[in-house]
Amino acid sequence: MLAQSSLLKFIFGRFSLDAFPIHEPILVGTFIVVATGGIAVFGAITYFRLWGYLWREWFTSVDHKRIGVMYIVLGVVMLLRGFADALMMRTQQALAFGSSQGFLPAHHYDQIFTAHGVIMIFFVAMPLVTGLMNYVVPLQIGARDVSFPFLNNFSFWMTVGGAVLIMMSLFVGEFARTGWLAYPPLSGIAYSPDVGMDYYIWGLQIAGIGTTLSGVNLIATIVKLRAPGMTMMRMPVFTWTALCTNVLIVASFPVLAATLALLTLDRYVGTNFFTSGLGGDPMMYVNLIWIWGHPEVYILVLPAFGVYSEIAPTFCGKRLFGYTSMVYATVCITILSYLVWLHHFFTMGSGASVNSFFGITTMIISIPTGAKIFNWLFTMYRGRIRFELPMMWLVAFMLTFSIGGMTGVMLAIPPADFVLHNSLFLVAHFHNVIIGGVVFGMFAGINYWFPKAFGFKLDEFWGKVSFWCWVIGFWFAFTPLYIMGFMGVTRRLRHFDDPSLHIWTIIAAFGAVLIFIGIAAFLVQIFVSILRRKELSDLTGDPWNGRTLEWSTSSPPPPYNFAFTPVVHDRDAWADMKEHGYVRPLEGYKPIHMPKNTGTGVILAALSVVCGFALIWYIWWLAAVSFVAVLVVAIGHTFNYHRDYYVPADEIVRTEDARTQLLASGA
Amino acid sequence: MTVMTHSSDHSTGHSDHGHSDQGAHGSRKTYLIGFWLSVLLTAIPFYLVMSGVVQNKGTTGVLLVAMAAVQIVVHMVCFLHMNSKSESGWTMMSLIFTVIVVGIVLSGSLWVMYHLNADMMLSPDMSQMP
Amino acid sequence: MQISVDNPDSARVFYVKDEHEHAEGGSTMLGFWLYLMSDCLLFAILFATYGVLSANYAAGPAPKDLFDLWTVALNTTMLLLSSITYGFAMLSADEGKQRSTQFWLIVTALFGLAFVGIELREFAHMIHEGATPQRSAFLSSFFALVSTHGLHVSFGIVWIVTMLVQVQLHGLIPANVRRLMCLSLFWHFLDIVWIGVFTFVYLMGMLR
Repeated sequence: MLAQSSLLKFIFGRFSLDAFPIHEPILVGTFIVVATGGIAVFGAITYFRLWGYLWREWFTSVDHKRIGVMYIVLGVVMLLRGFADALMMRTQQALAFGSSQGFLPAHHYDQIFTAHGVIMIFFVAMPLVTGLMNYVVPLQIGARDVSFPFLNNFSFWMTVGGAVLIMMSLFVGEFARTGWLAYPPLSGIAYSPDVGMDYYIWGLQIAGIGTTLSGVNLIATIVKLRAPGMTMMRMPVFTWTALCTNVLIVASFPVLAATLALLTLDRYVGTNFFTSGLGGDPMMYVNLIWIWGHPEVYILVLPAFGVYSEIAPTFCGKRLFGYTSMVYATVCITILSYLVWLHHFFTMGSGASVNSFFGITTMIISIPTGAKIFNWLFTMYRGRIRFELPMMWLVAFMLTFSIGGMTGVMLAIPPADFVLHNSLFLVAHFHNVIIGGVVFGMFAGINYWFPKAFGFKLDEFWGKVSFWCWVIGFWFAFTPLYIMGFMGVTRRLRHFDDPSLHIWTIIAAFGAVLIFIGIAAFLVQIFVSILRRKELSDLTGDPWNGRTLEWSTSSPPPPYNFAFTPVVHDRDAWADMKEHGYVRPLEGYKPIHMPKNTGTGVILAALSVVCGFALIWYIWWLAAVSFVAVLVVAIGHTFNYHRDYYVPADEIVRTEDARTQLLASGA
Repeated sequence: MTVMTHSSDHSTGHSDHGHSDQGAHGSRKTYLIGFWLSVLLTAIPFYLVMSGVVQNKGTTGVLLVAMAAVQIVVHMVCFLHMNSKSESGWTMMSLIFTVIVVGIVLSGSLWVMYHLNADMMLSPDMSQMP
Repeated sequence: MQISVDNPDSARVFYVKDEHEHAEGGSTMLGFWLYLMSDCLLFAILFATYGVLSANYAAGPAPKDLFDLWTVALNTTMLLLSSITYGFAMLSADEGKQRSTQFWLIVTALFGLAFVGIELREFAHMIHEGATPQRSAFLSSFFALVSTHGLHVSFGIVWIVTMLVQVQLHGLIPANVRRLMCLSLFWHFLDIVWIGVFTFVYLMGMLR
C-alpha cells in the first residue's frame, strides 16, 4: 500500500481529486455555464467543419492582421471573466453590512479580487493593446508584416497559454489570495502553501515571455521596416506610441520575470530572498515589482494615447496639433516612467528624502501628459468635427481621464498618500485612469479600425448604447469609491461595519450593472454588425476619410498588405497622397515574398502550459519531460530553413483587380 | 535630407564583404588587442585583492570598478564591434537607454532599500527606536 | 535602394515600382541585440538583489569563508579564452572557412564546459560546507546570480552544438552566418556579465 501511494505521489504530485471544488456552489454553477457554453461553441465549430479552416487560416497564421484580431478576441473574452469578478465584488460590498456576511466567504473573495486584477491587466488590457499595435503598425508604416512573423505567432500563443492556466485555476485547485501583485511574505510558501500562488506565477511567466518577445518584434519592425521616405518624424503618432510602448515592454518585463523567479525560488527551493528570516527582505520584492509595475501602466496607456492621436485629426478634418511636442511628450513619459515607482509604496517607510524625490518626479510626469491633452483639444479647435463613435470615446476619455490624472497628482503628495494609500480613493484613481484612458481608448480603436479589418463598420446604435452605459456606469461605479476613500475606507474589504457607507456601495453596484449593460451592448453591437454587414459595408477601404497609410489598402487588406511598397513624402502619408492626386497602380505587379504559416507556436505554448501545470502540482517528471520537449521542438524548428514562399504575380493581379472593381462599384 | 530605406543593410554575411557597413565583423588584430587588454584588466584587480597591496579598501574598490568598466568597454568595442553606425545608430541608442535604466534600477534600489532597512528593519538595540 | 523622393520638381512618386529583393533576415541582428538588452535588465535585477542582500549572512558563512580567488581566476580565464576562440570562429566564418569555423566552435564549447564544470565543483564544495542557497539571503542571492549566468553559458553551449550540426548540414550559408553572429553577441555578452560578477561578487566580497 505504501509503495502504491508513493507511486501515485510520484505520478500525480500533489494533484488529487480534492483539487476539484465540487463543494462550492458558485464554482459548480460557473462550471456548468462555462462547460455548456464551451460545448456549444466547440460543437458548432465541429458541426460546421471549421476546425481545418481555423487551424490553417487563424491559429497557424503568422499574418500580423490575423494575430492582431486573435489578441483582441482573447482580450474581449477575458474581459467577461474579469468583469464577472468585478460584479461579484460589487455585489458582495453592497450586501455585506453589519450582520450580513454577503455571499462570498473570505477564502473566495480574496481570490476574486486577485484574479480580477491579474486578468484585467495581463489578459484584457495587454492583449487588447498588443492586438491593436500588431494589427495597425505594419500597415501604418507601409510594411508587409512585422520583422519576426513566427515569433509574433509564438508570442500570441504564449499569452493564451498564460490565460489558460489562470482560467484553469477556477476549476482545478484555486487561485492566489494575495492581491494582483502578490507581496511576500503572504505570497511566500509559509503563508500561501497551496497551488493558487503557483498558478499566478507560472501563468504570468509564460505570458510574460510572449509579451517580451512581442516587444522586441515591434521595435525591430518600426526601426527597420518603414516605407521609403518615412523618417521617424513622419511616422504616425500611433506608431510612435507603439515604439515607446514596446521599448517599455523590453525594458521592464525582464524585471517582472526576474522578481517572480526569485519568489519562485523562495517557494520551491527554500531560498531567502523575501522571507522574514535568515536575512530575507520582503520590502525588496515591493521595490522590484513596482520598478516593473510603473512602466507597465504606461505600456497600457501610451497606445491608447496613440489611438486618440489618430482619431482626433481624422474626425476633426485637420492635422494633429503639435506633432513634434506629442512625440517629445511620449519619449519623456517613456524615460520618466522609470523615475517614479516608489510612489506606490510611500508608506512603506523610506523616509522624507526618498519620498520627496519620488513625489516630485511623479508630479513632473503629469506634465507631458497634460501637453498631450492640450494638443488633442487644439486639434479639435476650429476643426470640422464629426461625432462618430471613435470621436465620442475621445471626448469621454478627455473628460474622464483628466480627472483621474488629477487624483493621481493628489496621491503623488506623500503626506496625502499616507492617508489615501490602499484606500478606495486609490482604487477609484487607478480605475479612473485605466478605464478612462485605456478601456475607452480600446473601444475607440476597435470602432475605428474594425472596418479596416473586416470590411464593414460597427453598428452605430448599439455602439452608442454601449458608450453611454460605460461612461455613465463608470461614474456611478467609482465616484462613491472616491468619497469612501476620502473618508478612509480601505480597499479589498469583504464586509463593512459602518452602515453610513452602505448607500455608496449600493450606488457603486448600480454603476457596475450599467457597465455590464455596456459590455453586453458591445457584444450585441458586434453581433448586429455582422448581421447587417451588407448595409454597413465599406467598399473603399477608407470609410472615415483617414490620413494614414492603413486607409490606402482595401478593407480587409490583402495578406501582403501593399502590392507596391508605398513611398512617403510627408506626415499623414495617405492624406498627402490624396491631396496630390495619387493614382492606384493597376499593373506591373511582382511576386511578393511572404512567410509561411506554422503550427510550432501553438505546440510550444501547449507544452509550456503542460510544464506550468506540472510545476504547479509538483509533478516533477512531467515538468522535466515537457521542458525538454519545449527545447527539442524549439531547436528542431530552427532546422527548418524554408519558412517562406512567393505570392505569384497573377494571384496579386487577381486580388488587385477585384479591388479595382469594388472601388468602381462603390464610387 | 536622408531617406530611410529599409533594405539598406545587405548584411548577408558575404565572405568578401570584410569590414562592411554594420561594423559587425572584426579583424584578428582587434580581437587580440581586446584579449590581451582584458587579460591585463582582469589580472590587475585579482592581484590587488589577493595581495592586499593597496591598504585602503575603499580605494581598492574604486580601482576594481574602474577597471571593470574599462574592460566592459574593451569587450564592447573589440568583441562586440560596438559602434555608433551599426543599425543606423539604433544599437548604440538602445545600449545607452539600457545603461541608463540599469543605472536607475541599481542606484535607485540601493538608495531606497538602504533607507527602508534603516527605518524599518529591527535592530537588536531597541533603545534606538523613537 | 535609393529613391529620389524629395524632388519637388517632378510629380510625386508614391510607390516603389521596381522593388529590390529584401535582404532576408535584415532585422535579425537588431532584434537579437534588443533581446540582449532585455537580458541585461534581468541580470541587473539579480545584481540589485545581490547588492541589497549580500550583507545578510544570517550568522552563516560570508564571502571570506567561501570564495577561493584562484578558482575564480581559473574560471575567468576559461571564459575569456572562450571569447577569443569564438572570435577566431567568427573570423573563419567571415572568410568562408567551414572546417576552421567548426574547429574553433568546438574549442569554445570546451572552454565553456570547463567554466561550467569548475563552477559546479565550486558550488558542490560550498554546499558540502553548509553554504547552501537556503542558508541565508546572501547565499540565495549569490547562487541566483551566478547560476543564472552559468545557465546562460550552458544554453550557449547547447546553441554552439546546434550550430555545429547546422553548419555541417548546410555550410556557411547566410542564415547560418547570421545565427553565428547572434551567438557571438550572446557569448561575448555573457563574458561582460561575468566581468560584473567577478568584480562585484568575488573581488568586492573578499574586500569586505
